[in-house]
Amino acid sequence: MKDLSGWGRYPRLSGPLDVAFDIGPAAAATANLPGVVARGLGRSYGDAAIGRDNTIDATGLNRMQAFDPETGILATEAGVSLAEIIATFLPRGYFPCSVPGTRFVTVGGMIASDVHGKNQHIDGTFGDHVEWLMLALPDHRVIRCSRDENAELFAATIGGMGLTGTILSAAFRLKQIETGWIRQTTHVARNLSEAVALLRQTGTATYTVAWIDVLARGDSLGRSLILEGEHATTEQLPWGDVRFPSSANGRVGVPIDMPGWMLNARTVRAFNELYYRNGARKTGQTTNVPWDSYFFPLDSIANWNRIYGRRGFVQHQCVIPVAKAESAVSEILDRISSHGAGSFLAVLKRLAPGSGLMSFPMEGLTLALDIPVSEKLMTLLTEIDALVVEAGGRMYLAKDATQSPTTFAAGYPQLDRFRQLRSEIGAKDRMASKLSERLGI
Amino acid sequence: MSDIDQQAPPKSLLVIGGTSDIGRAVASAYAAIGWKITLAARNIEAADRNAADIRTRYEAAHVTVRPLDILETATFAGFLDQLDELPDTVVCVVGMLGDQTRAQNDPKHAAQVIRTNFEGPALLLEMLASRFVERGHGLIVGVSSVAGDRGRASNYVYGAGKAGFTAYLSGLRNRLAGTDVQVVTVKPGFVRTSMTADMDLIGPLTAAPETVAARIAALQMRPANVIYVLRAWRLVMFIIRAIPEAVFKKLKL
Ligand SMILES: Cc1cc2nc3c(=O)[nH]c(=O)nc-3n(C[C@H](O)[C@H](O)[C@H](O)COP(=O)(O)OP(=O)(O)OC[C@H]3O[C@@H](n4cnc5c(N)ncnc54)[C@H](O)[C@@H]3O)c2cc1C
Ligand SMILES: NC(=O)c1ccc[n+]([C@@H]2O[C@H](COP(=O)([O-])OP(=O)(O)OC[C@H]3O[C@@H](n4cnc5c(N)ncnc54)[C@H](OP(=O)(O)O)[C@@H]3O)[C@@H](O)[C@H]2O)c1
Repeated sequence: MKDLSGWGRYPRLSGPLDVAFDIGPAAAATANLPGVVARGLGRSYGDAAIGRDNTIDATGLNRMQAFDPETGILATEAGVSLAEIIATFLPRGYFPCSVPGTRFVTVGGMIASDVHGKNQHIDGTFGDHVEWLMLALPDHRVIRCSRDENAELFAATIGGMGLTGTILSAAFRLKQIETGWIRQTTHVARNLSEAVALLRQTGTATYTVAWIDVLARGDSLGRSLILEGEHATTEQLPWGDVRFPSSANGRVGVPIDMPGWMLNARTVRAFNELYYRNGARKTGQTTNVPWDSYFFPLDSIANWNRIYGRRGFVQHQCVIPVAKAESAVSEILDRISSHGAGSFLAVLKRLAPGSGLMSFPMEGLTLALDIPVSEKLMTLLTEIDALVVEAGGRMYLAKDATQSPTTFAAGYPQLDRFRQLRSEIGAKDRMASKLSERLGI
Repeated sequence: MSDIDQQAPPKSLLVIGGTSDIGRAVASAYAAIGWKITLAARNIEAADRNAADIRTRYEAAHVTVRPLDILETATFAGFLDQLDELPDTVVCVVGMLGDQTRAQNDPKHAAQVIRTNFEGPALLLEMLASRFVERGHGLIVGVSSVAGDRGRASNYVYGAGKAGFTAYLSGLRNRLAGTDVQVVTVKPGFVRTSMTADMDLIGPLTAAPETVAARIAALQMRPANVIYVLRAWRLVMFIIRAIPEAVFKKLKL
C-alpha cells in the first residue's frame, strides 16, 4: 500500500500502486486491473490521481521518442516530466506552448487535466497543442487519437482526467524562443475592479496573471499585483547575461510538516502584506526574470505543501463567465477574507474556452485559492460553490477534493456525452478514480 | 569537455545490456559528451526505445542497436565482426538477479543466473580485450556487484556469479597491466532500477543509475581499478569481509 494522496494531502488515501516500466505493461494493466486510473507525478491537489481500486504509476514511461526542429513537434512517452522537457529543449531555443505553475508534472497529467498557463487566453491550453496521442483502452486495444483519427475520443481524453484510458505517449508542439528570460512588468491594482480592468488591458500580453492579497478587506478587497510577461529577445538581454540560464530552483525544502498554528491569520496577513508591498515598489517597472522563477516560483521550495501542516489543504479553483465574473469573485473573496485563517496564494487569471469535452477553461475569470483544512472549511466551501453555480461557473477537477456531484454536473454541460462515451469504450466502472466515484462520473 | 570541440573524430561506446536502467544511463552520459553509441541487447524493441530517447535528448546522430544474447557464446565473434567499428570503451552491465530459492531447487535456473552474470560477460570481454590489445588501446568496464564480495544465504547464486566475474576482471586487469588497455570493476551497491523496484532499499546506501553512470563516464578522465560507487559501501564491505567465517555463517544476511 502506498500513500497516494494528492498535492494538497487531503483527502489522505492509500492503495496499491502498479509501476509500469514500459508501454506494453502499462497497456496490459489498463485492461486487466479493475477500478483503475493512471497517475503521473501526483501534482493534482485532491483525489483525481487515486484509482478506486488500483493505480498505475506512469512515470516509468519516461522515454522521449522524436523531435522535429522544423515543426517543433516533440513526441514522448506520457510519464516524461515537464522539467525534463524544459531542461532538454530550452538550451536549444524551444519552450512548451503552455505550462502550469509547476514543472514537476508529466505529459500524461498535463493532457488529462488539459492544463492552462498564464497565456491560455491567447495561446490556448496544453491540449490545444497536442498533435496525437496513443491511448490504451480497457478492452486491450491501443489506439491513436488525433483531430482526424478517433477525434471524439481525442477530445474526451484531453481534460478527461484519465477516465477514457491510459495515455501512453503523445506528440505536442514546442515554440521557438530566443532566450530563457521573461520581461516582467508589474502593475498594482488597489482593488478588484482595478485588477479586472488591468487584466483586460494587459490582455494582449503573452502572459498575464494577478496575485491577490486575500486578506485585504473593504475598499481594498481584491488588491493585487498584475504580472505581465513577454519572452525577452536576445537584444533585450544586458550584455554578458547567459541566453539560457539553467534552473537555480529546488535547493531548499520543507523537511517536515509545519505545525498548524504557524499558519494563522496573522502570519498569512504578514506574508501577503510583505508580498504586496514588495511588488508595489516595482510598479510600472520592467525587469528580466529567469524562466524558472517567472513560471515556477513555488518549485524553488521542495515540498512546500507541508507548510499547511498534517491536516493538509485544499485548492479551490473556479472559473466564472465574464458577465458575472467581477461580482462573483468579489463575493467569494469577501467570504474567504472573513473566514480568517486564509490562503497564502490567490491567483486571478483570464481564461478562454478549452478544447476538450471536459476541459476546465471557459471565457471568463478564474480564481484559485489555497485554504488549510479545518472543521469550518466545508461549510465555507459549500457556500462558495453555490455562488459559482449561480454565476454559471465551474470547478477545476485537477484541484478538486470537495465539490458535490450537483455542483460538478451544473458546470460541465458535456458530462452526459462524456459518460456515454465511457460506456461505449467499456471504461464505465472499469476506469475509475476516487474523484470519478465521488462525483458520479 | 566535449570531444567534438577538439575536432577529433567522435569516440565510440559499446554498452552490453542496452536495455538495463544502468546501461541506459551510461549510454546517455556518453551521448551527452558527443560519443557514438552502440546498444547491444537481446530485446531489440526495448533497446530501440532507449536509442530513440538518447537521439532525442542529446541530438545524438550515431546511436545503433545490435542483437546479442549473452548466453549464446558461439555468436560473440560474429557479433564483434559486425560492429561498425571496434569501440573505444565497452561497458558490460548484463546481469540477472534470479530467484535464490528457485535457484536452489532448479539447476537450470541456477545455471542461467551464473552464466548470465559470469560466463557470458567474461568470455565476451576476453574477446574484446584481445582486439583492444591488438589495436593498442581500450577501456573495459565490467559492472559486477558487492554481492560477489562474500556469499550470503539470501543471494549466493547471484553472488557467486558476480564473484566469478569480479575475479575474472581482476585477472584480466593484472594480465593487461603493461598495456594501454584498462580494466575497471564497478560495484554499484544498491541502485534504484526496475531490477530493485520491489525492494526496500536503504536510502543512504542507494544510488541513482545516473550517479553510477557519472562515475563510469568520469573514468575517461580519472582512471581507476575497482570502484564502489558510493564510498560508504567500501567500508560496509570491508567490515562484512572481516567477520570471521565462524561468526558469519550464523548471521541472517
Ligand atoms: C504548484 C502547482 C501549480 C499548478 N499550477 C497549475 C496551473 O497554472 N494551471 C493548471 O492547469 N494546473 C496547475 N496545476 C495542476 C497540475 O498541472 C495538474 O494537476 C496536472 O495534471 C498534474 O500532473 P501530474 O503528472 O502530477 O498528474 P497527476 O496529478 O498524477 O494526475 C492528474 C490527472 O491526470 C491523470 N493522468 C496522469 N497521467 C496519466 C496518463 N498517463 N494517462 C491518463 N491519465 C493520466 C490522472 O488520472 C489524474 O486524473 C498546478 C499544480 C501545482 C502543484
Ligand atoms: N540494481 C542494483 O541494485 C544493482 C546492484 C549491483 C549490481 N547491479 C548490476 O548492474 C547491472 C545492471 O542492473 P540493472 O539494475 O540495470 O538491472 P536490469 O535492468 O535487470 O539489467 C540487467 C540487464 O541484463 C540483460 N540481460 C539479462 N540476460 C541477458 C541475456 N541472456 N542476453 C542479453 N542481455 C541479458 C537484461 O536485458 P533484458 O532487458 O533483455 O532482460 C538487462 O539489460 C547488472 O549486472 C546488475 O547485476 C545492479
